[in-house]
Amino acid sequence: MRVAQLMLIAMSGLALAGCPKKQTTLPDASNPPDQSSAQTSQTTDTSVGEGRDANQVLLDTAKQTGTIIYFDYDRAEIKPEFVTIVTAHAKYLNANANNKVRLEGHSDERGSREYNIGLGERRAQAVRRALMLQGVTEAQITTVSYGEERPAVQGSDEAAYAKNRRVELVYGR
Amino acid sequence: MLKLARLLAIAAVAALIAPAANAQLVIEITRGQENAVPIAVVPFGWTGTDAAPFDMAQVIASDLRGSGRFDPVPFDKMIDRPSSGQEIRFDDWRYLKSDFIVVGKLIPQGADRYAAQFELYNVLNNERLVSQQNLTATTGSLRALSHRIADIIFEKLTGVRGAFSTRIAYVSAEGTPPNQRYKLIVSDYDSENPQVVREQDEPIMSPAWSPDGTRLAYVSFENKVSSIVVQTLRTAERSRVSARSGINGAPAWSPDGSTLALTLSRKDGDVDVYTLKLQSQELKRMTFDPGIDTEPTWSADGRKLYFNSDRAGSPQIYEIDVANPERAARVTFDGPYNARPRLSPDGKQLAVVLQDRGNFRIGTLELQSRALRVLSNGRQDESPSFAPNGAMLIYATQDRGRGVLATVAVDGTFQQTLKAKGGGDVREPVWSPFPGGR
Repeated sequence: MRVAQLMLIAMSGLALAGCPKKQTTLPDASNPPDQSSAQTSQTTDTSVGEGRDANQVLLDTAKQTGTIIYFDYDRAEIKPEFVTIVTAHAKYLNANANNKVRLEGHSDERGSREYNIGLGERRAQAVRRALMLQGVTEAQITTVSYGEERPAVQGSDEAAYAKNRRVELVYGR
Repeated sequence: MLKLARLLAIAAVAALIAPAANAQLVIEITRGQENAVPIAVVPFGWTGTDAAPFDMAQVIASDLRGSGRFDPVPFDKMIDRPSSGQEIRFDDWRYLKSDFIVVGKLIPQGADRYAAQFELYNVLNNERLVSQQNLTATTGSLRALSHRIADIIFEKLTGVRGAFSTRIAYVSAEGTPPNQRYKLIVSDYDSENPQVVREQDEPIMSPAWSPDGTRLAYVSFENKVSSIVVQTLRTAERSRVSARSGINGAPAWSPDGSTLALTLSRKDGDVDVYTLKLQSQELKRMTFDPGIDTEPTWSADGRKLYFNSDRAGSPQIYEIDVANPERAARVTFDGPYNARPRLSPDGKQLAVVLQDRGNFRIGTLELQSRALRVLSNGRQDESPSFAPNGAMLIYATQDRGRGVLATVAVDGTFQQTLKAKGGGDVREPVWSPFPGGR
């Protein structure tokens, strides 16, 4: 069972790695404009008692596993070492269908700023798809790309760049 | 046999051409001013008894030098300080090899009021080209008056309207990540007189002037989502024009001011360019590729959009017909990275961010000849923006790890870094239209 699950995770990782640039879903141009404005993600944890404790454990585990996924230069594939982070957060979100996660995509400072917004979005979408492959629903995920506007660290060397190319998984505010 | 010889000859020619084509990319930047016209801007006379309130000649000379077209005579080389035409000994200025001379004076006229006059002469034939005797100013407007005089001189001598009385908008970030404070600032084109028009803890990016210069569109991350805000400068009134899920980015005003081109990713994350009519909120999709399509900019007639797309694997510039956007044509082919296109006011060239030997630099692409020219020499240069007269570009560069602004003459002949004040990291300069619109 465990092995099967791991295999599935590994495969989903591979599937993502195989298709870095293309989105799997294409928007329909005839869709009416999406007027839904500025949704802020809110934690609406309504569970009580034992369930709440169990969920808190799941959340703590997820956070201990990690809340930041790092990426290679100009790439948006989730590297194998970060798949466990996706899995841990998927477990928590699957057990808490009312809770939401915000995926904040970031890039390093190289290149033009709006293109880097696109790169950060592509990374956030990669994590979004990985979470959805593991059962998290669309409604539980919001994404925002900050591009190079919110670096984790300052600096113009590869060490700083590597820390800045990331997706952060954020709950609540 | 003959055929083979011909093929060989063609191959040899191709081999000769290939390095030349590459050389366009790595063209050496001429920082000198070999072709700049020498001009003496003599410090203005001051008829008051106390110290002169402002050094107008210094501002005028600095404006003219920054354009790359002029090489002002250093003040300490001037052996004489004439302040009107009758006082000029033309032989002295011919000896200094100055082709033109500007003289003028400032006259106090009661509390905080000044009259100013200036004259421009051709030193070679003693001909007076401009004489303005009835200018007025207050202490606070002497700098603006100096820019106006530089505009008059520039237009008289080049035939091109001066853009020294225009403004720029830019973004500054202060503090250390993740606790940074972001400001949207409007200043004179030379970064003097900075005014903070918006300040917040969430990032601000991609400011864009409305064609009439009265409003700025920009991206704001208030409430941890991206949105596009249009702010009226005079009233500071703000309206959120796009706050769809995903990216709301890269706003660009259509030449008639009715429509924004912008980048959206919608729910599914496909990053594409759209147009949004501001009155009706009518949204139209302009790009259809699954890659990143962003950074739109309009042609002067509003019929075309240029944008950046990585559909072929790396960022390159494409163009589309706004009325018929399904088919995009690729515009840039040289180099691994060409992004953030901005069309020159005459529509003849695109300014881009390009990759030059591993560095991100500002370049221009002449649309007709496809000649690409590198204008800057930094490591991390970005956000080029044309002056409304097309004579200069402003862009963002780094100085010892800190973001600063720089200008460069459009032919690359003169480049200077602007001394932006305060400890912040400044970026994304955008040059305003002429006062009252283009």
